[in-house]
Amino acid sequence: MSDIILEMRNITKTFPGVKALDNVNLSVRQGEIHALVGENGAGKSTLMKVLSGVYSYGDYTGEIFYQGQECRFKDISDSERLGIVIIHQELALIPLLSIAENIFLGNERQQFGVINWFEAITRTRELLKKVGLNESPETLITNIGVGKQQLVEIAKALSKEVQLLILDEPTSSLNESDSNALLQLLLEFKEHGISSILISHKLNEVSKVADSITILRDGATIETLDCQKDTITEDRIIRGMVGRDLTHRYPHRTANIEETIFEIKNWNVYHPLHDDRKVVDNVSMHVKKGEVVGIAGLMGSGRTELAMSVFGRSYGKRISGQVFKHGQEIDVSSIDKAIDNGIAYATEDRKTYGLILIDDIKNNVTLANLNAITKNAVINEPQELMVAGEYRDKLNIKCSSILQKTVNLSGGNQQKVVLSKWLFAEPEILLLDEPTRGIDVGAKYEIYTIINQLAAEGKGVILISSELPEILGVCDRIYVMNEGKIMGEMPKAEASQEKIMQVIMQQEEIVES
Amino acid sequence: MSNIVTSPEHSMEGALEDAGSMGSIVKVFRSNIRQYGMLIALIVIMLFFQFMTSGTLLKPVNLTNLVLQNSYIVIMAIGMLLVIVAGHIDLSVGSIVAFIGALAAVMIVKYDINMFVALVACLIMGGLIGAAQGYWVAFLKIPSFIVTLAGMLVFRGLTLALLEGQSVGPFPPTFQKISSGFIPDVFSVEAIHITSLVLGALVSAALVYLSFRTRRNKQKYNFETLPVSLFILQNVALTAAIMYFCYLMSSYKGLPNVLIVLFILIVIYTFITTQTTIGRRIYAVGGNEKAARLSGIKTSRLSFLTFVNLGVLSALAGLVYAARLNVATPKAGTALELDVIAACFIGGASMSGGVGTVIGAVIGAFVMGVMNNGMSILGIGIEWQQVIKGLVLLMAVFFDIYNKNKG
Ligand SMILES: Nc1ncnc2c1ncn2[C@@H]1O[C@H](COP(=O)(O)OP(=O)(O)OP(=O)(O)O)[C@@H](O)[C@H]1O
Ligand SMILES: [Mg+2]
Repeated sequence: MSDIILEMRNITKTFPGVKALDNVNLSVRQGEIHALVGENGAGKSTLMKVLSGVYSYGDYTGEIFYQGQECRFKDISDSERLGIVIIHQELALIPLLSIAENIFLGNERQQFGVINWFEAITRTRELLKKVGLNESPETLITNIGVGKQQLVEIAKALSKEVQLLILDEPTSSLNESDSNALLQLLLEFKEHGISSILISHKLNEVSKVADSITILRDGATIETLDCQKDTITEDRIIRGMVGRDLTHRYPHRTANIEETIFEIKNWNVYHPLHDDRKVVDNVSMHVKKGEVVGIAGLMGSGRTELAMSVFGRSYGKRISGQVFKHGQEIDVSSIDKAIDNGIAYATEDRKTYGLILIDDIKNNVTLANLNAITKNAVINEPQELMVAGEYRDKLNIKCSSILQKTVNLSGGNQQKVVLSKWLFAEPEILLLDEPTRGIDVGAKYEIYTIINQLAAEGKGVILISSELPEILGVCDRIYVMNEGKIMGEMPKAEASQEKIMQVIMQQEEIVES
Repeated sequence: MSNIVTSPEHSMEGALEDAGSMGSIVKVFRSNIRQYGMLIALIVIMLFFQFMTSGTLLKPVNLTNLVLQNSYIVIMAIGMLLVIVAGHIDLSVGSIVAFIGALAAVMIVKYDINMFVALVACLIMGGLIGAAQGYWVAFLKIPSFIVTLAGMLVFRGLTLALLEGQSVGPFPPTFQKISSGFIPDVFSVEAIHITSLVLGALVSAALVYLSFRTRRNKQKYNFETLPVSLFILQNVALTAAIMYFCYLMSSYKGLPNVLIVLFILIVIYTFITTQTTIGRRIYAVGGNEKAARLSGIKTSRLSFLTFVNLGVLSALAGLVYAARLNVATPKAGTALELDVIAACFIGGASMSGGVGTVIGAVIGAFVMGVMNNGMSILGIGIEWQQVIKGLVLLMAVFFDIYNKNKG
């Protein structure tokens, strides 16, 4: 089709103890959407950090040619000057600044150091219109959801005259419709000649929008597939990623469901800051022994708020309602009581709520259940090492050692550490909040297998997920939540994506009319 | 090779180390420089002043003096470390030292209260002060910088009020013994203090045993260990240092009481921070408070406890300080908090919490202490002493952060 805009040759990058990239090659054509896929820890984010100058020239070996020129970036501003803009896996917006301030941060509309707010806001309006975000430029970032924040990041990239846009898992925390809007935007950019590199674990998206797909495995390029020549199926991509055929996306599940083990009755929660805003509205639900129950819904439908408020009132105010286990009312008024009562909550936000990032894998895994490896308040270190090693093997955590700091793990492997922590706490009821966010297909399968195992051991699992196929593939029964209320409940046999969406939409209509 | 270290580079390194070649020794040295960096710096500083003062620094009298001069800073640095690791700071410890000194003086000198009762009351008072400040920080979520800045003013003011602007002293001789006493010699040989030597030998033996056990454990779990030659060298050096120190001390008056107290505190707090659940949890709170809370840790209570603990230790330091000066003055302990905080940061603690060791803080305190002492012997004026100390603090932290960034 058109000419090559970017070529990366023989890129090699090592961290102490790990070779993250080993002679990787990547070439991107002008005006295409180039997907970069691979398992967790394959080196995708690292490759993009090399490209955007996060790791400066000399920190890696190999060559980068951009628009025919060899580039040796010292830092991000070097690459941005040439129109290469990266949006990182973790969003980098300042929560207490406005949208306009964030967009022009470091790139202020100014004269002699004085900011021209009039221009900044006018420009922001234009940019927001381009990305289809209907918000005032003066809105604070904290007050908008992740989906909209992602759009602000893209608007920010546009403000820098972007030529090559790099998106590292932009849709991992977005719901279906937000994801679609974002992908649509990329297609629009393509019309205007802007190329993008898209990293994603959502292969359906990849096969929908990508013009070419490069697959990385263990820090090496496996192949580049051209979607214009052949039609590429998801299974074809998976084969490249994991090196073998993955016949099923979801492990086979034979449910052995017994009596009710866990029950929430008339649960109400108010927003911690806005006293009169009800975020969970009279929710009642139950889980049976050996059952996997899904909660479907859009972002902001109150699922996380429900789970966190049940888990030791870690969210919200003026909480009311009852929680039962084995028919007995239990006290979940503080987190340690909830844990003692056999409840675990694995967060959707691993960096803020899940991990002690400056600490190593071992300490993170044992943190919630230190007592299990402690005698007379003294930690049994050999035993601790063994436990951490076990979970590393069991969940296949990719690391140089269990003494590696979690901040240096790839996103998916961090998620596995969070899960390990809660598995080690040996709960009877697991509240899993988006447990496969940012996790590759192979690892997802492993996590589903673990969920099945937990259910088979007689535990109750509540799975919150924004990915409907996942909910349908894993759960025995599904609740649909919207606007803080349970809108419907259906057994697996009766559920389908359409039906779930219908239940959600129904509510929207009621609200609108 | 092992189930812990999986990358090929690592096993290569391991193999090289086992061979014990010269290159590998350099490598081991480099990988340990971060861990031992400050200790090496301390030794270099000591050698430097030993040379510059033509041997005065390590004269038994001066060495004893050095220990006594710094004891109260070390005591507080241990407590401060926990507060810093939990993600806070305490600016009030200098004022608490003054206040507790004043309280002790008023009780013992003015009102003639039984000394033992007074001591216990002072320690309890320290705990209460820590609790009061900790309550604002931990439960009411007021930043510790502000709470303890307020505390610094409040307790300085209360000291003035308590002493009515006067100095109160002297203390009875038994009280002075807290700071100026030495352990009794059971062997009663003239020239040398045998008990001190015996204690030194016992401590050395215990340390060698511990390091041997750690090594065996590490090997059992396939972790990297030092090559045998270096391991032996390390232990010989450690034992030699301890015995030489005890020898010097025992050729004067023997080991001071305070040193024994210090030693016990260091052992206890090292144990707490490295081996116990409460220690682990304090590091977790400092590392990421939200994640720690969601793991079922009572984060507020732990923060509160670190302040109570520092309060008690500050009170103890206040008593030692007062006993050393033998008088309580309104100006006692001014700017002491800065030395204590500096000791923690020189020793590798992080401003943002979650990082730091007890031993590091102790070494940091002695880095400052040796420089104070050495520069005083050299007759360097107080103005330049401050300048130099400030620069050393800056360099130490720079070195630490630079090393960390290098990976
Ligand atoms: N700063 C670092 N220090 C040490 N190791 C690192 C560092 N950054 C990344 N790594 C390692 O490099 C490898 C590649 O990581 P990278 O983040 O590029 O993976 P990824 O393909 O983006 O994975 P994911 O899909 O999980 O985000 C991993 O094994 C990771 O542990
Ligand atoms: Mg990544």
